[in-house]
Order: sequence, then structure tokens, then C-alpha cells
Amino acid sequence: MNILTCIKQVPDTETQIKIDSGGKGIQTADIKWVMNPYDEFGVEEALRIKEKTGGKVTVIGVGPQRVVESLRTALAMGADEAIHVDDPAADGGDALAMARVLAAAVKGVPFDLIFCGQRAVDDDNAQVGAALSEQLQIPLLSVITKVEISEDKTKVKVHRPVEGATWVLETSLPALITTQKGLNEPRYASLPGIMKAKKKPLTAKKLGDLGLSPDQVGEAGSKLKIRSLTPPPERQPGKIVEGETIQEKGLLLVKLLREEAKII
Amino acid sequence: MAKGIWIIAEQRGGTLRKISFELVSEGRRLADQSGQPLAAIVIGHQIGEEAKKLAAYGAETIYIADAPELAAYTPEAYTAVLAELIKANEPDIVLGGASQQGKELAAKLAARLSTGLAMDCVGLRLEDGLLVAKRPMYAGKIYAEVVCETARPQMVTARPNVFAILEPDTNRTAETVPVPVSLKPEDLRTTLVEELADQSGKVDLTEATCIVSGGRGMKGSENFIILEKLAAIIGASVGASRSAVDAGWRPHTDQVGQTGKVVNPNLYIACGISGAIQHLAGMGSSKVIVAVNKDADAPIFQKADYGIVGDLFEVVPVLEEEFKKIM
Repeated sequence: MNILTCIKQVPDTETQIKIDSGGKGIQTADIKWVMNPYDEFGVEEALRIKEKTGGKVTVIGVGPQRVVESLRTALAMGADEAIHVDDPAADGGDALAMARVLAAAVKGVPFDLIFCGQRAVDDDNAQVGAALSEQLQIPLLSVITKVEISEDKTKVKVHRPVEGATWVLETSLPALITTQKGLNEPRYASLPGIMKAKKKPLTAKKLGDLGLSPDQVGEAGSKLKIRSLTPPPERQPGKIVEGETIQEKGLLLVKLLREEAKII
Repeated sequence: MAKGIWIIAEQRGGTLRKISFELVSEGRRLADQSGQPLAAIVIGHQIGEEAKKLAAYGAETIYIADAPELAAYTPEAYTAVLAELIKANEPDIVLGGASQQGKELAAKLAARLSTGLAMDCVGLRLEDGLLVAKRPMYAGKIYAEVVCETARPQMVTARPNVFAILEPDTNRTAETVPVPVSLKPEDLRTTLVEELADQSGKVDLTEATCIVSGGRGMKGSENFIILEKLAAIIGASVGASRSAVDAGWRPHTDQVGQTGKVVNPNLYIACGISGAIQHLAGMGSSKVIVAVNKDADAPIFQKADYGIVGDLFEVVPVLEEEFKKIM
């Protein structure tokens, strides 16, 4: 099986996000960048399938030079090759524009399966996987917690939690799967893995190499545009419910919820 | 020229889900503001009668795509039906639900129609005919206003439990329009093999109006029973912090936070949760937050409307008793 895994680099989830002076982006100085947590499940699952069936795992990332770190992490985990689309014009696009870049980047790379994180924890968009499946005209399976490849490697069966149930879905390969927590426990890169990763092929590509022009991608190629960013409404620290005993505190809280907050 | 506001209703097992009524209600408000007609689309099998319920909430036209292959949702078949219908009628605005099903469907549909989609919106307004959508990013650490200026339709998905449902008016009627369904083999590549029902019977956290959550302070999976008991009294769903999930005390599906579910209940009761930034992001838009924690300095108290400093193992049973008296 040949498997592609798309990864995005995002601010670590502990980051306090601050809006930049332009009001449409965030301050990126001093941010610790990590592989999107949902993408780690995709890398891990790709490696597990490869370990069972043989084949090759290729990781793809779009973004500035720092994205190489995340691609090297995936290589150190065990991926075989990496493609880095390193072109400022490709950054900052909506899902359609990003899928256009990814589709062009994987042209000519044989694949049976593609993994994407179900969403990135920065823009929370949950669209790139779907848009890529459309570009490539392959089936889409979203927010998956279990993947089973059929013995003849022509089909895939998955578990997909929805509200109040889990759907067991089956589709033909090639297909695109977006990954969810619960699918697996991503491995850490071992020291030998990290050493080996340095020698693995990592190809940097510019838009021109992909046959794309700057107006098709990035912000210029996007349909959806950010008009402004604002911080969330500030929550004021509330009341500490006081009382001599736990009983008194409990009684007062329930009273406040009913009479003051009018929530019950 | 594009005209009309459409909502994509969501049904499961032949029953419309709550989000469908939220969508049609918000669609009605936008239609009244802009003077555009409002239509709903219902896809499924033998859903004609159920679909008509949307008329009471203000849908003037109800498109019904009815076929055995459409009984259960699959992304390819539903996308194909919707894409064809939208291309033929060119609505100006299409609203879907930011449910598990709705997010996937809208994303695929927007890509096929080559238009912009604002995902998981918490506010919508019209400005000179342009739909300005408000959506959280970074799990709510930031809000963005986004617009789709040139492409049509303007597509958004609405976060469940945010948009109020209108009082139904049974005097309202709608024209029902059957949608011819012709699916190609590639639209039927994906099939639902089976549906495994969640035995808990609890409302999913993303749709819950009331949540009781436990964190590291719960000390073990067996102790969650006290939260379950409290939740049963007040009709809440039980959630968990990342540390409780990573410790194996609760399933991944219960995790609230930046790498779990972003929730939006009326009442969120956090028990033994200190309030890491990732957790606060995931539950920060709850209407009322209650925190129970031994540590008076826990960051959760900075976000909570009401806090009790105390041992949750003493406090939670007391709360259960007090709620029992009034519920």
C-alpha cells in the first residue's frame, strides 16, 4: 500500500493566541510550532498499515521553512519520504486553495490511501480533507477512529463516531480518511529514527514545479476571506459560593443557578 | 442571479434532527431581513411527511429527495444530489448544520461547487446582501468574521445549540417539490455497513444543553459514577478533561477541549478540573460555568461564574441532593 499523509504545522495548543496589528492574522513571534495533533494520528496509522502490508509512506506539508521540522518528525517516526511545498504564495489560503496545492503536489505520486487530520487545531476548519477528496475524485471518510483494509487491499472499512452512534462505513480504495483521537496512540520518534530521518528524501517544491500560478492559491486563490479577528468576549471571574458547610454552599449554589442565573 | 436562502435539513433514521429546526429558524430570520424566499432540502427515504414539519418554522419551499439509496447518509450520494439541485436553482445562501454529518457534507459540497464555506458559525448577519459569518478559531481563543464576496452560494454551517428555534406556526404551509434522483456508480462507492448505537442514551456533548465534566481530581474511572448520578438528575451529559481521558478513565468521545470537543451548553459544571488553557478554550462559550475544585487558585475559577472551593467528593453528592429537591 502506498499511503500519503498530509500534515500541517500549528501553534502548540498551550499558546495564548494574540491578534496582530493588521487585525486579520495572529502574532507569530515566540510561538512554539508543532505537528497538528490530529495529523499525528494519520502518520501513525499510515505506518501501522505499511508495517502490515508493506509499501511506502509519503508525508506532505505546505508552509514556510519551519514546516521541515514537522516533516522530519514524521520521517523520524518512520515515514519514507517527504514533500514540502515551500512557497509563500501558497500560504494562508482557504480549504479550496490548500486542496489545490496538495492535489498538485501529489500528482504523479501513486497512492491507495490518503490521511488528513479531521481538522487543524488552529483554524478549526475541518474542510481540507473533504476538498482534497473532491479534487482527486476519491471517496471521503471523515473523523475516523478505526481503519481496516480488506485482505485484497481494494476496500477499507472504518468506524466513524457521530452523535449518539458509531457508523461502520465501507468504501473502495483509493480513498481519503480524516483522523480522530482514539484511532491510535502515535509513537514517539526514536533516536535511531531521528538519525535515519536525516538521510531520507525531503523534496522542496515551488508553485512553478506544481504547475500552479500564485493567483490560484493562498489568499489570492481563496473564496472565503477573513475580514477581522477579535478576542473572545472576556469572562469576568464570578462568585465564590461561601458557606459554613458544604451543605450550605451546595444549597446556595443551586439557589443562585435558579434565581440569579435562571439556568435551571 | 443567485436568489434564495436554502437550508440543508438533517435527518437520521427518518426523523429530523434538532439542528434542522435551528437552521430553518435562522434561515427564516435571514429571509425576513433580506426579503429572499426560504427553502429547505430534505434527503432520505420515505421522509415526505417528516419533511413537511419544516413549513411551520417558515420554509416556503421544501425540496424532498427521496430514494432507497438515500435512506442512510453517505457523503458522496448526498453531495451529488445537493450539488445538482443547487447548480440548477442557484440559491444565494446555503446553511447547513455543524454536526458530524453536516460538517462533512458542507465541506464536500462547497468544494464541488467551488465556493467558500464558513464552518461552525456562532453568528450570522447580512450586510449589503453579503453574509457576514462569525466563527471561533483555535477552539474559541479567537473569533473571526469571514465573508465570501465573489463565489455563490455563500455557504455556512451553524454550530448546534446556538441559533434559537422559532415558535412553530402550524398555519404556515410550504410547497413541496420532489427532487429527481439519479445517482452514478461513483456516488454509491461508500455504504453504511451498520450503525452501532451508543448504549448510554446521552445527548452528545456537542449538542448538550447541560454538561457535568470531570478532570484529574476525579482520581479514577470508578468515581465518575458520582458525576453520572448528578447528570441524571439535571439531564446533563458527562464530559471529561484531557487528563482524565489520557488516564484512560473516560473514552476519547467524552473529551472537552482544543483537541477534543468544543461545547456550548447553557450550564457547564467542571469538577476537579484545574482549567488548562486547552480546556478553557473548549468550554469557554458555555453560558454559565460552575467550578468545583479543592484548589482555590485553580485557573478554572477565573472563568467560572460560580465556584465552590471544596472536595468534589463531598460537594457533588450535596449538589445532587439539592437539585433533586427542585427538579
